[in-house]
Amino acid sequence: MDHAATEQAALSRIAAAQDLDWLEGLRVEFLGKQGSISGLLKTLGGMSPEERQSEGPKIHALREAVTNALGDRKAALEGAALDARLASETIDLSLPAPEAARGSVHPVSQVMDEMAEIFADMGFAVATGPEIEDDWHNFTALNMPESHPARAMHDTFYFPDKNAEGREMLLRTHTSPVQIRTMLAVAKASPGGAPVRVIAPGRVYRSDSDATHTPMFHQIEGLVIDKGIHLGHLKWTLETFLKAYFEREDIVLRLRPSYFPFTEPSVEVDVGFTLVNGKRVLGGQDGWMELLGSGMVNRKVIAAGGFDPDQWQGFAFGVGVDRLAMLKYGMDDLRAFFDGDVRWLSHYGFAPLDVPTLSGGVGTAA
Amino acid sequence: MKFSLSWLKDHLDTTASVDEIAAKLNAIGLEVEGVENPADKLKGFRVARVLTAERHPNADKLQVLTVDAGDGQPLQVVCGAPNARAGLVGVLGLPGAVVPANGMVLKVAAVRSVESNGMMCSTRELELGEDHDGIIELPEDAPIGQAFADYHGADPVFDVAITPNRPDCMGVYGIARDLAAAGLGTLKPIVAPQIAGTFASPVDIRTEDAEGCPAFYGRTILGVTNGASPDWLQARLKSAGQRPISALVDITNYVMLTYGRPAHAYDRAKLTGAVVARRAKDGEGVTALNGKHYLLDHSMTVIADEAGVHDIAGIMGGEHSGCSDETRDVLLEIAYFDPVRIAQTGRTLNLTSDARGRFERGIDPQFLDTGLDLLTGLVLEICGGQASEVIRAGTPPSGTRQVHYEPTLAETLGGVAIPSAQQRTILESLGFSVVAVDSQDGEQWSVTAPGWRPDVDGAPDIVEEVIRIHGLDKVESVALPRADGVARPTATPAQKLERRLRRAAAARGNHEAVTWSFLPEADAAVFADSAVWTLANPISEDMKAMRPSLLPGLLAAVRRNLDRGAAGLRLFEIGRRYLRAENGASDERLSLAVVLAGEKTARGWATGKPATFDAYDAKAEALALLAEAGAPVDNLQVMGEAGGQFHPGQSATLRLGPKTVLARFGMLHPAVLKQFDIDAPVAVAELFLDAIPGKKGAASFARVHYAPPALQAVTRDFAFLVPADLPAGDLVRMVKGADKANIVAARLFDDFRGQGVPEGSKSLAIEVTLQPGEKSYAEADLKAIADKVTAAAAKLGAVLRG
Repeated sequence: MDHAATEQAALSRIAAAQDLDWLEGLRVEFLGKQGSISGLLKTLGGMSPEERQSEGPKIHALREAVTNALGDRKAALEGAALDARLASETIDLSLPAPEAARGSVHPVSQVMDEMAEIFADMGFAVATGPEIEDDWHNFTALNMPESHPARAMHDTFYFPDKNAEGREMLLRTHTSPVQIRTMLAVAKASPGGAPVRVIAPGRVYRSDSDATHTPMFHQIEGLVIDKGIHLGHLKWTLETFLKAYFEREDIVLRLRPSYFPFTEPSVEVDVGFTLVNGKRVLGGQDGWMELLGSGMVNRKVIAAGGFDPDQWQGFAFGVGVDRLAMLKYGMDDLRAFFDGDVRWLSHYGFAPLDVPTLSGGVGTAA
Repeated sequence: MKFSLSWLKDHLDTTASVDEIAAKLNAIGLEVEGVENPADKLKGFRVARVLTAERHPNADKLQVLTVDAGDGQPLQVVCGAPNARAGLVGVLGLPGAVVPANGMVLKVAAVRSVESNGMMCSTRELELGEDHDGIIELPEDAPIGQAFADYHGADPVFDVAITPNRPDCMGVYGIARDLAAAGLGTLKPIVAPQIAGTFASPVDIRTEDAEGCPAFYGRTILGVTNGASPDWLQARLKSAGQRPISALVDITNYVMLTYGRPAHAYDRAKLTGAVVARRAKDGEGVTALNGKHYLLDHSMTVIADEAGVHDIAGIMGGEHSGCSDETRDVLLEIAYFDPVRIAQTGRTLNLTSDARGRFERGIDPQFLDTGLDLLTGLVLEICGGQASEVIRAGTPPSGTRQVHYEPTLAETLGGVAIPSAQQRTILESLGFSVVAVDSQDGEQWSVTAPGWRPDVDGAPDIVEEVIRIHGLDKVESVALPRADGVARPTATPAQKLERRLRRAAAARGNHEAVTWSFLPEADAAVFADSAVWTLANPISEDMKAMRPSLLPGLLAAVRRNLDRGAAGLRLFEIGRRYLRAENGASDERLSLAVVLAGEKTARGWATGKPATFDAYDAKAEALALLAEAGAPVDNLQVMGEAGGQFHPGQSATLRLGPKTVLARFGMLHPAVLKQFDIDAPVAVAELFLDAIPGKKGAASFARVHYAPPALQAVTRDFAFLVPADLPAGDLVRMVKGADKANIVAARLFDDFRGQGVPEGSKSLAIEVTLQPGEKSYAEADLKAIADKVTAAAAKLGAVLRG
């Protein structure tokens, strides 16, 4: 028997198989129970040992060659079939993917988080108080008795209501009443007083409306009460805060004497700016812009907070949050802050993962 | 407070430049809001002589002049002024100069084909007056070629903001005193003429209100001639932004602006009997100099005679007895009024004036005699007449105050060490007197503040005086003491919650808005459960009522966005809603609201038509954010009563127990949308963050122990026929609770009505996840669990589908 010829014939037929069914037919024909090569294998049983010695390897070689050829051909056909299927599954990936809505954090919230982060490092906690205040906390306790001319400067929104203590209710004109509430709470636990370091951010209200003033805006109050605190500490605190907030080392402050009933001495703080392409950029000292009011807390205010002014002294400051946001992030219209225009929010808002950290720098680059 | 440089120099001997003075004013707390230097506006204008004047060849009304502007070479100028003529000395604007009145830049130009090299100017064009009938005519001897600004004597004007604690600087003299103390020159003493008076005043004055008017001085001047005040006085007043009226009125204003001391002049002819400071009677009235009639009451001090009220004391004089050109005899009043009463009266009458501003801040009570002498001297000088003796009714308070002061305070409070000798010099130059006090305990002073400094009442005020004159720029930064180690966390649980929710809501695709706290009353009313806080003096009707919910403000934002063409919106806000506490205070509660409006997804190639937001989207926001807030969302019940603002069939509350509402959500009622003028479906979720229970016990970082079970969980599906109105959530809860040891989850995956389901019923299919413990479930175990599930469901009338 010429196994070589059989093998040749089988291999060429396997190579000619065009699909898996065809190939399976050949496998049965050659290697099935009744298959031709299976038949050859069965003949080995009837051979003499000598014949088996010489024929056995040949028949086995034949079977192996055919088996391998079937396997190879099967792999080739399957590969081709897969290629064909994949080719038929081609899609246009230039089509748009499903859209996920992108949200944002309002600049005021972001900037408040930034400030909380910076001041936390300086040991300041965050305090809060009501926005609908009484005139005692908003004015009287802050050394603005009823006839005080400074009350008139505040453009106050009043309610027709009085509280149980007979105090007039109003919308707080500044975050300063939180000074009083904080000190009173501390004094309750520690009669006479104890060290205080807080910032108090929040909404404040003045009956004022133009391009740069809105009847509602945001302020952040700072209060430090301790022993031996003086104006130099105030200056350092503001410098340190502004350097961290604007992430610039060349922030320069100019202190000017001023007047606020709740501080004595009172200090208006200007910050130096540089003109870059006609725009004011904070840092340097080409010019000065008014930034915030501050001073050493008036003894009467310390006493109104339940602290002993002979023992405790400190400083306070108040600064516009919206203004700080505008100076850092470049918005120029305060009214837009409160409009809820999604185009503006998408542009000026912050990604939810822009969480301010000191290690990453509190600011978010454009 | 506006004043000119020359006015300042009346009282301050200084060689300092305008810039130096402005810088020093800022440095000592007198904030310069502006310096107007007329010389800046007159740059490019020169004194010039017209040499020749010829008719313009092409225009009847024009002339062609040759003008000598001092350059040697005469210039040709076309001029239309009728008074232009050879020999006239006037003012020539050269090319490049800007005409102050209209901002026109002069240039060489042809006027009707004749070249003109500038413009001869009128008074009005240079904003020096109203005259525009012709060009300015200067005296013959005016120096040709001199800059007109120099010739004219342009006088720079400072505009300084005076803080309410400094009434002394509401007069030029006080500003001069401050500048002198700060080393910018020498303060000139006040020279008041001593005029004894030769006869008793024919008008008597008294004070019957010792509290409101402790002192009332005056004198009569007979035979005055009132009229326009002299040019120097008019120039002073104009530099202060005041309109000259008549000599007598101008003199009182001048004394007020120079020394911060208001006074009043009455036309004696209009007075009847004695002039008395007293309380007004209720119902009494007066027409003031502003032409308005004011109704007075017994709390107000007035100056009156037998006929009635002539002056709202310290605030504004009456029209009737004011001085006019016909005034022949005048009564001068100089009085001290109680600042508190002046402030109250002014506020009650809603009447502001220069006098009120000074009296309510506190003027020097010791300046009565000097002030009256200054007034008298000016009246006699300008208006002539004979002065009576002075009448003095009452006694002014001393106005001085003693303050105990330790010079070391400059350093311990002010942050800058200043030698005590220097501090003493500063204080004395400001008019304070310093007396050392015997003490074992370092240097101690008794400092007496002068009568013009009513603001000084404590040692910190002295520190302020010392350091502001010494220089605040000399205060060096000193680091706050810092606790050892890394900064401690400071945020409260409420603050952490707010920060976390804000970023969670944004991460879910929502834009954070910050909307007004106040709303139109009608908008607030829609969302109010009780009386809202309503402002007495809102800035507009749209900003009147404090929001009882964040929703109305967000809905207004939705409307604005839709009006701008937005198709779909996801907005949220975290903020306070304003309620009332029982004690009349406010009860401000933290809330979070999400508003989903219009299209959820735009039409798409894969998704087809646009999809709009529905109540389940709102539910998803509510649950996801409540979960972020740490609320036990698995235990919440979905209940009704979201409120009348919601679609009654597509809204619900999420409650912890039957009463505590943590959130409400759903579609808004069409009537609400109509009221807010919104033409799109709106789904909202409102979280009441104050209602979320806080974590109990001390925070721990270690989680409850957990190891993933070794055995795999198995799932079983159950389909039940239930009454169509049974809430699916009730069935899921019931199923989940059927066997707590084994069932770890129950998830509804089908809600079917229709073929094969009887009318009035629905088929709910639930996938139950079972977690085996130590050993795998045997068939019997599964059967037992399934029986428990079926039995539990049956309690709700559910029947297992075959």
